[in-house]
Amino acid sequence: MDLNAPHSMGTTIIGVTYDGGVVLGADSRTSTGMYVANRASDKITQLTDNVYICRSGSAADSQIVSDYVRYFLHQHTIQLGQPATVKVAANLVRLLSYNNKNMLQTGIIVGGWDKYEGGKIYGIPLGGTILEQPFAIGGSGSSYLYGFFDQAWKEGMSKDEAEQLVVKAVSLAIARDGASGGVVRTVIINSDGVTRNFYPSDKLQLWHEELEPQNSLLDILSAASPEPMNI
Amino acid sequence: MGMKGNGSNHECSRERVKGEEEAAAELLLCREPIRIMSKGEVDYVHARGGFSFDSCRRNEMLLNKGLKPSSFLKTGTTIVGLIFQDGVILGADTRATEGPIVADKNCEKIHYMAPNIYCCGAGTAADTEAVTDTISSHLKLHRYHTARESRVVTALTLLKSHLFRYQGHVSAALVLGGVDVTGPHLHTIYPHGSTDSLPFATMGSGSLAAMAVFESKYHEGLSRDEGVKLVCEAICSGIFNDLGSGSNVDICVITKGQKEYLRNHLLPNPRTYISSKGYSFSKKT
Repeated sequence: MDLNAPHSMGTTIIGVTYDGGVVLGADSRTSTGMYVANRASDKITQLTDNVYICRSGSAADSQIVSDYVRYFLHQHTIQLGQPATVKVAANLVRLLSYNNKNMLQTGIIVGGWDKYEGGKIYGIPLGGTILEQPFAIGGSGSSYLYGFFDQAWKEGMSKDEAEQLVVKAVSLAIARDGASGGVVRTVIINSDGVTRNFYPSDKLQLWHEELEPQNSLLDILSAASPEPMNI
Repeated sequence: MGMKGNGSNHECSRERVKGEEEAAAELLLCREPIRIMSKGEVDYVHARGGFSFDSCRRNEMLLNKGLKPSSFLKTGTTIVGLIFQDGVILGADTRATEGPIVADKNCEKIHYMAPNIYCCGAGTAADTEAVTDTISSHLKLHRYHTARESRVVTALTLLKSHLFRYQGHVSAALVLGGVDVTGPHLHTIYPHGSTDSLPFATMGSGSLAAMAVFESKYHEGLSRDEGVKLVCEAICSGIFNDLGSGSNVDICVITKGQKEYLRNHLLPNPRTYISSKGYSFSKKT
């Protein structure tokens, strides 16, 4: 097993617009080859108060891109004198992704709310294309969700409907994709602000052939267990 | 140097040789970017600055041709960190390997970054030493400049930008921990420049053994003694189950305003046999 393999976020990331804002969702697994390096990572990163991004692909590349874009957006906000729009944030990400396409390996979903356009989602996959979409999915787990979204997505959902859709979708992808797992994190952005939610894996709905989560025997026996080593 | 150029007329080729000799001399002195007269070749790498990956390509080509790479000192390693109720505890084993041989039975893997920040390093020993020393100096200058205690995120950003710039060729996997005005922090930094922020972390070849211990026994709000005991167990797990880790356990406890560096806190591998007759090595052997 190669522990020096570059960190990649196997990942399932989702961004969905609803009537009044956007909901971003992601799993929490970061893998190095076959080892889970971080089972509780936060793939939804803040760029500004009203714009967040979901990161997938190489962990290092996506972290660096988000750091650069946050820095540029900060300057832009100061120069502009008002909060940056989601479109500007998405285009900054696109410029970095496209101009360095030979060296970067990252798929990003930009989502946020601004007063001009309301809630918007932009998908920026590997090559640096920018696509404004009512919903976007990305990462290795997204392969399992295309059909699901074709059937389940509808215009003009409420905030709770949209969040439930996102949680269900990430949970389905986690069930089928080995590179996605852990917990489901969601971020809801609208005119009132930002809300972060957390859904631990044992609280998610069970799907086809999934077993009930069971407390590890270690928890049950730990009270009486002997010390493994004499220290 | 010898005759370069393709046997064109005598005058021309002699001039070309001279030009190339001068160009080579300049390259040795590493001065300005060199323009070689022959068509198609442009500036040498120095023109645009930045790390030159040409040697990396050459190394890969040599490896493909079957050249055995020179063995270098790696810290096989188990390094861990955890956050307890008052701060951060870092732990490391003390074995440094050179291929299959133990080169150093008692090396120090917990490096000083700032009075309130320490960093454990796994991977190539030279890389971890160099990168932590460099960023430690940088942090000190920053402290003079800002007249404030260093923050862990500062060290984190400096380390991650450095490692990202070298695209994973600086083989340093680090566990960075410290306590600053914003509270206790623990981060892992991977050779490619990605970072994670965690309540407990393990790195190195023994990371799986140590992580197994942490996953079963870690809980929030550990006391200092419980934390030190848990870190010792995790490192011992690495020492006894991983071939790349061994020897002793080093611990570093960092709390607000105070740090304790417990070098060789545990010695679970004492030397058990020493010849009673003693050794007589005559001089100059």
